[in-house]
Amino acid sequence: MKAINNHYDVVIIGGGVVGCAIARELSRYKTSIAVLEKEDDVGWGISCRNSGVVHTGFNNKPGTLMAKFCVEGNRSFEELCRQLDVPYKKIGKLVVAKKKEEIKGLQKLKQQGDTNGVNKLQIINLNEVKRLEPNIEGIAALYSPETAITSPYLLTIALAENALDNGAHFFLNTEVKNITRLRNYDFRINTNRGRFTSSYVINSAGLYADKIARMAGTKKYHLYPCRGEYHILDKNVSWLINHLIYPIPQAGAGGLGIHLTPTIDGNILIGPSNEYIKSKDNLSITSSVMKMLSSEARKLLPLISPGYIIRSYSGLRAKQAPSSEGGYWDFVIEESDIADNFINLIGIESPGLTAAQPIAKRVVEIINKKERLNSNLNFNPFRKGILRFEEQDEKTKIALIKQDPNYGEIVCRCEKVTKKEILEAANNPLGARSLISIKYRTRAMMGRCQGGYCQTRIMEILREYFKLSPQEINLKGNNSYLLVGYRSNKENESCKKKKLLSLEEGLLV
Amino acid sequence: MQEKEVIIIGGGAAGLAAAVACHQKGIEDILIIERGDYLGGILNQCIHDGFGLEKFNTSLTGPEYAQRYIDKVANKKIPFLLNSMVVGLTPQKEIVVVNSQGLQHYRARVIILAMGCRERTRGAINIPGARPSGIYTAGVAQELINLKNYMVGEKIVVLGSGDIGLIMARRLSLEGAEVIMVAEKLPYSSGLPRNINQCLYDFDIPLLLSHTVVDIKGNGRLSGVTIAQLGKRGGIIPGSKRKITCDTLLLSVGLIPENELSREAGITLDNITGGPQVDERGQTSVPGIFSCGNVLQVHDIVDNVSLEAEYIVEGVVEYLKGKLTKEWEIKVELGNGLRYVVPQTLIRVKDIIFSFRVNQPGRKKILLFEDGRRLIKKKSLQRVNPAEMIRIKLSSKELEGIKRLKVKLV
Repeated sequence: MKAINNHYDVVIIGGGVVGCAIARELSRYKTSIAVLEKEDDVGWGISCRNSGVVHTGFNNKPGTLMAKFCVEGNRSFEELCRQLDVPYKKIGKLVVAKKKEEIKGLQKLKQQGDTNGVNKLQIINLNEVKRLEPNIEGIAALYSPETAITSPYLLTIALAENALDNGAHFFLNTEVKNITRLRNYDFRINTNRGRFTSSYVINSAGLYADKIARMAGTKKYHLYPCRGEYHILDKNVSWLINHLIYPIPQAGAGGLGIHLTPTIDGNILIGPSNEYIKSKDNLSITSSVMKMLSSEARKLLPLISPGYIIRSYSGLRAKQAPSSEGGYWDFVIEESDIADNFINLIGIESPGLTAAQPIAKRVVEIINKKERLNSNLNFNPFRKGILRFEEQDEKTKIALIKQDPNYGEIVCRCEKVTKKEILEAANNPLGARSLISIKYRTRAMMGRCQGGYCQTRIMEILREYFKLSPQEINLKGNNSYLLVGYRSNKENESCKKKKLLSLEEGLLV
Repeated sequence: MQEKEVIIIGGGAAGLAAAVACHQKGIEDILIIERGDYLGGILNQCIHDGFGLEKFNTSLTGPEYAQRYIDKVANKKIPFLLNSMVVGLTPQKEIVVVNSQGLQHYRARVIILAMGCRERTRGAINIPGARPSGIYTAGVAQELINLKNYMVGEKIVVLGSGDIGLIMARRLSLEGAEVIMVAEKLPYSSGLPRNINQCLYDFDIPLLLSHTVVDIKGNGRLSGVTIAQLGKRGGIIPGSKRKITCDTLLLSVGLIPENELSREAGITLDNITGGPQVDERGQTSVPGIFSCGNVLQVHDIVDNVSLEAEYIVEGVVEYLKGKLTKEWEIKVELGNGLRYVVPQTLIRVKDIIFSFRVNQPGRKKILLFEDGRRLIKKKSLQRVNPAEMIRIKLSSKELEGIKRLKVKLV
């Protein structure tokens, strides 16, 4: 079916990893799909700001959707990443006990994992911990070899691009203002960029899913922002650990504890903290938590020093449990009991990244039961990412430069990103234009100099490519302009005063 | 694999001076490799004057200072590559270069590291708060304004009183921006006194010592910062927090020598300077790899960079002639009052220039060079300031026969 006058079979609100996965899953069928995203790119809410871990499911309560989808998601994740050309590494995870009393906690976790159907879990002793992780302090650990890492932003982008390729439409900078029901039973979705109508609405709005649900009359959901701050360590110290290193989760905590995560690019993350805050857009970092993260990390890994930190940032969790209660409430994936064809996804927090595809499949199932969707025979599950010059062998590198000299211009010194890759990122099919979109797609500006060398070059490339005025170059979407314009040659008041004074003095002489 | 006598990595102040000095000493098979699209490096964006007072006895702008060397490079027809990034360096002195012509391999008898330094960023100093646009390091703002002709903001707070921050406070004022203040965490400025006078006081820009930024606000563009006064131990003085409305935060919080390649080649680095550990003529722990300029230690003025580059070339020449042989090995020991010393090791008796930075400002200090209990040299200093590099020469006669060498400030 084709979209006419902004009418779609399905409108998905929210372009996070889950929204994009739903768009891709749905594009396997003959449906017209629109994804509405309020930011300038996909994944900027919760999806890009986490540890990037493909969990196995031993942390989740048996019988929950969280447990079921996490276990399923883990098993199909490698194949998903292969199809979408997204990095994936099965590096394994250790949950480390530091005291004898904690070993019980490990056994409990293993039991829970076994019940959930997690494979290959084993409890290892001090010697084995030391053999796997010589720098880690601990007396025993739960070893989960099936835990993996990925790039949460590249995955979100890849899901979106593949969905787009298979016919889904993406509307960035499009914020839903209200939703009404028309006489023909379609939904009308009013946004800052015009109206959409649809037969189905999928509310995948992350932290704002409670607000969107209320627009369609469902008032029972409340989502609380729970902030997690992180430090990122320099690639120079990636040798410190080989696996994901976690402490034993505290009962009732809304997170898994301050852990150490090797990223797919060779940095180490410390975090996240776990703090209920008031505002859903407060991504600040705080000095008290920054100190706490360092000291907690040192308890696991005494060799960590503050000098290794190249950047700190935070992400938010969408918590259903109020702060007084804490802990995890199960994912809610259900059709609204008030508005037919309105499907709510509530409280998609960790392990939401791992579970994205099973969640998407569940949503499609709900629709399929009602509609009997026809398969899209042209569906292509494969997508190619931007070729990374740095990862090629020498022969390929030479050939690439010969083919396009832009491969011979290294723009980002720290991460060795070429001009060609920057141009490809600027030319992304979603039409995201911000500096951060380039960063997520290429790694430029993510290294130890944090854009000191390449940021101005990338700004110039963006300006030339999109023919922007200086004011139109944005860091991350609307109102995040980087420049106020061209140099004006106008002096400020104190300079004018100074000039006048010196003129007068000159006249007096 | 192309063979070269000397390859210089970096075509900025240090690399150019080293190239010219090599040529003057009769070395002709030189190659300068520069990643930018012009020679001169950072000097090109330093359009203020005050360069060259020591070297040329006249006050030049950065581009003028660079041009003097670029002209010499052109006259002597010293070869150079532009838009070429060195992506690999081995202890065997092999280099991999990437540019639009492809991937090239070189081997040199001597390599001179002259990669300069980069700026410390927000991440490295951990400022809390939001992450909006409008936060720039001073050098990036300088590049945007002076080379690209853009304006970065209208109401500006500068954090850190490094020289580039001070220069940029003036530059932004001259371009019509309101520079609200320069906040410095330490009880003294880390910039040169002349810059504080000419860039801040002459423009009525307040310098707030013992102050720092403790919060950043803004969704999208920066909308304000909170500054606070710091007590003697560095803690925030209660009640001293103050919100300031601004659209730009400029950081001038220190420079880090850019030694990623050095590390790759297995060169031993000094934890304090951030540069390689070197002998008395700038030779690193890998024989035949020398280093000079800001990649070795962050300098205060460019004249000292040029002088240092010329000075280490003496060692390069000796090395090429096979005359650089280790006579002894003395580690220079660092005593009270000094942050670092370069060189860190002496392997021969020569006239040697030592460079220092002190830990904190002071008056009427004495710098002592000692061999055990024996005093080798004593130098009175009226004023010392961490912002200024101290350079002192010891003659081979003074160094003859020493067993140890310790420097301290009393």
